[in-house]
Amino acid sequence: MAFFEMVKTALRTVLSRPATIRYPAEPAKKTLLTRGHVTIDESRCISCGTCQRKCPAQAILLNKEEKTWQMDRLRCVVCNSCVDTCPVKCLFMDTQYTAPTVTRGVEIVTITYVKPVKAADKGEIQG
Amino acid sequence: MTKQIIIPFGPQHPVLPEPIHLDLVLEDEMVVEAIPSIGYIHRGFEKLVEKREFTEYVYVAERTCGICSFIHGLTYCQGIEEIMQVEVPERALFLRTIWSEYSRLHSHLLWLGLFADSFGFENLFMNAWRIRERILDVMEQTTGGRVIQGSCKIGGVRRDISGEKLGQMSKDLDSIGQELEELTNVFLRDASIKHRLKNVGVLSRDDAYSLGAVGPTARGSGVSLDMRKTGYAAYGKLNLETVAENDGDCYARCVVRCRELFTSIDLIQQAVRKIPDGPTDVKVTGTPDGEYFTRSEQPRGELVHYLKGNGTKFLVRSRIRTPTLTNIPPLVKMLQGCELADVPVIVLSIDPCISCTER
Repeated sequence: MAFFEMVKTALRTVLSRPATIRYPAEPAKKTLLTRGHVTIDESRCISCGTCQRKCPAQAILLNKEEKTWQMDRLRCVVCNSCVDTCPVKCLFMDTQYTAPTVTRGVEIVTITYVKPVKAADKGEIQG
Repeated sequence: MTKQIIIPFGPQHPVLPEPIHLDLVLEDEMVVEAIPSIGYIHRGFEKLVEKREFTEYVYVAERTCGICSFIHGLTYCQGIEEIMQVEVPERALFLRTIWSEYSRLHSHLLWLGLFADSFGFENLFMNAWRIRERILDVMEQTTGGRVIQGSCKIGGVRRDISGEKLGQMSKDLDSIGQELEELTNVFLRDASIKHRLKNVGVLSRDDAYSLGAVGPTARGSGVSLDMRKTGYAAYGKLNLETVAENDGDCYARCVVRCRELFTSIDLIQQAVRKIPDGPTDVKVTGTPDGEYFTRSEQPRGELVHYLKGNGTKFLVRSRIRTPTLTNIPPLVKMLQGCELADVPVIVLSIDPCISCTER
């Protein structure tokens, strides 16, 4: 049975620096692997739709006709599934969390990828 | 005869992190019966298994719980791997074990903090969580997520940890161990804490066994049940000593968790020493056809996942039996005959995780 067992720890914590970060004055802790939010390189996306199929939260909608990639940031659970499965590696995981928002809405990105013209096709065009 | 009154406890109560409702039947200040009711945060995760491909359901399974998320993912993957007869590489099994034990460390530290808060020791609560932050930092550095790791997948793990980082982690655990010793000494020796917890919420060994207590709740009553002894992941290759106490009161359950912190550190350091080199995953082809019951040891006790597939990429049934669900009948037993003022401490002593329970 002991009394004042906590005193040593309490005194040390009183005299030491705070364990918390003065966020936002100081930046929040981040690591190289931190999952913040998903970003897309629209110039490389081939509109295959794998990210949409593999998203467990159904946050991604790819419209092949209109060539748009939609992301509902409030549905996304930042699981990295789309980034891992993208066949052309055009999706990236940014380490920064998304900013707070006051409105619901989807983020629409227009895909600018243009399929390269094959050598045979080139010949036809030239001919 | 003393007049009986019913006092509702929860679902919103300062001591409860999650909603559970108890109707406490009182005679004066003494609880004669506790009637629990759950169902405030049911999310239908088990039904969702029919709508998500079995490879994507890992992410859903992980989100069953916000504390022991990794072990949910691991248990689900284990079940699918057994159905599909997938041989998981050794290194992946060791990494799974390391992350499981880190999960246990952070869960027990969370609980110790909340428990200290439940009996009004806020300074101790903050100190427990300060140490927990160091564990969470390692989780984030190695997996990318603080509480939802997302590093388990069918056939192995998504990420490897370099040998250098593993060595650093093992070294850091030595200094974390020293801090933990100081912290747990307060829980185990302080006179006021002992006075508050000794002989409160006593659960006898027979009751613990017959009512189906699991995890630290059972081990605090002398029932030496630990699913890690079954040797899943890499536990079979590590030297594990089950921690058990015989008193069955809140103090005993606290002692079990305090001692398990050091068991976890020991297991991680053993795993770091023994981890083999090699690949961390294998390619999985095909779809699951069959059913399997898979078990693992969560920080709160035994977790069971039942999975059934029919040869398509969508499973037909998933059933998750979480440790808190099976610890509720023992809790009701503990509450019988206790004082009203002891109810928050007793409820917290089983480490209730209601989101898990209701899925």
